[in-house]
Amino acid sequence: MHIAEGFLPPLHALAWTGIALPFVVISARRINRLMRQQPQIKLLLAAAAAFAFALSALKLPSVTGSCSHATGTGLGAMLFGPSIMAVLGAIVLTFQALLLGHGGLTTLGANVFSMAVVGPWIAYGLFRAARGVNLPLAGSVFLAAMLGDLATYMMSAGQLALAFPDPASGITGSFLKFLGVFGPTQLPLAVIEGLLTVVIVNFLREYSGEELQSLKFLPETLAVEARS
Amino acid sequence: MKARKGGLLILAAVLVVGSVLIGGRREGAEFAGSDGQAMATVAVIHPDYRPWFGVIWEPPPEIASGLFALQAALGAGVLGYYLGFRRGRAARQRNRSDAGD
Repeated sequence: MHIAEGFLPPLHALAWTGIALPFVVISARRINRLMRQQPQIKLLLAAAAAFAFALSALKLPSVTGSCSHATGTGLGAMLFGPSIMAVLGAIVLTFQALLLGHGGLTTLGANVFSMAVVGPWIAYGLFRAARGVNLPLAGSVFLAAMLGDLATYMMSAGQLALAFPDPASGITGSFLKFLGVFGPTQLPLAVIEGLLTVVIVNFLREYSGEELQSLKFLPETLAVEARS
Repeated sequence: MKARKGGLLILAAVLVVGSVLIGGRREGAEFAGSDGQAMATVAVIHPDYRPWFGVIWEPPPEIASGLFALQAALGAGVLGYYLGFRRGRAARQRNRSDAGD
């Protein structure tokens, strides 16, 4: 989902930067507030950021004979709420744009929007919906993390399609082409992201009951049960 | 609980290894990045498009792989620290409550 440097026309690059910026600003405020109100949560926040850092660095092979990477943003979105992730994702993407030649500064806004805004919001929304209809915790986490990962790549395909409509079939045709590039490769990786996120959440449930409770991640009874 | 945790990790590992084996059988499979393929698709749809801004600094390939490893190591390191810290604390608390009985 890293749109390479210069690969969005100036107007698109500017527009996505403008769209992503308020999310990052709100995210920074929310992180500040969270740190003030619940300083004991800092370590878990660092762990969620680290999860995204590690996963987005690993290029994994896919059944299509291509490589791609997971995003790791679903975990933090489910734990802390989706708006927290914009800053964390922006840090990862800036690091990669400046030091790894991966992504770019002109496309940073577009990439932040797909990976650090859309992915987390979809993951969070699906997680809440799944819990709302009483799906088990592990299943909800798996679905949310997996589909959040896929949503990020769909968004990237959409951004590229808007910038480069197919001369014959238009934006829709172009979207399907880009989706055809990202989608099949990403599918198994999204499953892997889902599995790894469940592993971490299972661990947290066993050892970090108090933190999960103060984040209202678990209903009271579950958290108590996990602590004992 | 323990067994299931290990099981999920094994399943993830099987998916990665299986992907290499299945993907490797495909013709012309070089495990190129899908990001790069998407940019190549831009060139197919709009052959006239030229990126208007170049990468400011790109590390040489060998160094890039090291920096990617560094990113993964930093992430895994901090995550591992947190998990070990919490586990250790839980074990201490358990010991303390045992001693109290």
